[in-house]
Amino acid sequence: MKLITFSGPPSSGKTSVISKMIRMYIDRAIEVGVVKFDCLQSNDDKIYSHMKIPVLLGISGEQCPDHYYISNIEDVFDWGVKQNLDILLSESAGLCNRCAPHIHDIAAVCVIDQMSGVHTPSKIGPMLQFADVVVITKSDIVSQAEREVFEMNVQHVNPHAEIIHVNGLTGQGVVELIEILDDYSEDSVVTNNKLRYSMPMALCSYCLGETNIGKQYQQGNLKKIEICETKVGCEQ
Amino acid sequence: MGNKSLALKNDIQNQLNQEVKTITLYPGYSKNGEPELFEPLSFYPGETIAIVGPTGSGKSRLLEDIECIANGNTPTGRKVMINNEISKKDRKRATRKRIVAQLSQNMNFVIDLTVYEFLSMHARCWSVVNASERIEWILELANSLTGEKFKMESNVAQLSGGQSRALMIADCALLSPAPIVLIDEIENAGINRRKAIEILTGEDKIVFLTTHDPLLALLGPTRLVIKNGGICNIIKRTPKEEGTLRKLEIADNKLDQLRTIMRKGGLLEDFNS
Repeated sequence: MKLITFSGPPSSGKTSVISKMIRMYIDRAIEVGVVKFDCLQSNDDKIYSHMKIPVLLGISGEQCPDHYYISNIEDVFDWGVKQNLDILLSESAGLCNRCAPHIHDIAAVCVIDQMSGVHTPSKIGPMLQFADVVVITKSDIVSQAEREVFEMNVQHVNPHAEIIHVNGLTGQGVVELIEILDDYSEDSVVTNNKLRYSMPMALCSYCLGETNIGKQYQQGNLKKIEICETKVGCEQ
Repeated sequence: MGNKSLALKNDIQNQLNQEVKTITLYPGYSKNGEPELFEPLSFYPGETIAIVGPTGSGKSRLLEDIECIANGNTPTGRKVMINNEISKKDRKRATRKRIVAQLSQNMNFVIDLTVYEFLSMHARCWSVVNASERIEWILELANSLTGEKFKMESNVAQLSGGQSRALMIADCALLSPAPIVLIDEIENAGINRRKAIEILTGEDKIVFLTTHDPLLALLGPTRLVIKNGGICNIIKRTPKEEGTLRKLEIADNKLDQLRTIMRKGGLLEDFNS
């Protein structure tokens, strides 16, 4: 079974892109399933079950969503194998920009929204930086110039990625995206494999549920902001 | 414009890994799976190709096939070849190699910058030499396309629909390396449409445009008629149609004059062409 990880900021169009891919996989008689990792709530599992494919939904709730994802991906992978899937698409939303769900030797896609502005690529972090394929959505409604600048900024953050524009509404670009992903190994390995980028350093008192504010409540691995005494601002 | 254009090709288009000499379209299938009955069609730099047909007939799908340099892998089964070579599967689709630009009525500027800042940013993207000269030229060209002039200090997100379209076309002609331009219905955009197409083809772009406007459709010597997802007819502009085009151009100029008079608050009583 082939695993493909999808990441991207909220509302960037991950679910739309994945839905369009699923239609095409179904047409090609490929057994495809989806797992959606989310933070607080999600109705996307219903969108996927309408397409009559196996779906799993994982809500991290009070857990760190990144840690929740990585500590469950092996079980989810085994579930996919038991379902006789050819392809399992993992969609993670609600991960913080500090993290990336991408695993070595497993196709890694980052979905970003052209409407979010040309400076966004440099703010997204490892999920963009460590992706194999960067899907840019909603580019049909901005100027050619902005598309070119945006692509250039993506390339600056991740010079190795394939960049592709996909229209999540019409599906334009999905054929090419699937062709790119066809080139990845059909036998993904999760167990004993490694994340491409480490998850955040913990643990502080707030990881354990502390809500009080104040020095006396802060314990563990903490980082303090550097504050300069002059009013005008620091030269850094 | 000639000398400036040449300089442009040297410093921007060289950043593409491929010079486009021809684009050839091979037949595929209509929505019913019937084969399209035409011999492969080749188009060359400076050419305009109109794509006409009812709404929902598949005009945009044809643009999509061109955009992804289809290789029998899209729903239509069409193939598109650049310089008569099959597109390689391992072809990196990265920016600097992209050869297709798109323009449509739905496009907007979403960035909060002045025209000057915006064009400078785009020029930096392609490491343009003499950027400020190029930027002046783009503004001049854009203003020649629209009835309402704008300035370097104007904010791009606050331009009117016509001004935005004019800026996009001038920018696409002079700052985008893509040798192929796809235009999806710009008829109501409030710009001089004829001149817009001339500017793009003058830069040796190959322009494909879907349209419901007879004037735009007649600008190119070839028009493709789409019905039910397939190209059902290829019309070469006839001498009689060229006569129609001249009349349409006169009427269009007249309409333009009336628009100017109207904007200035004048009466629209005089209509002698």
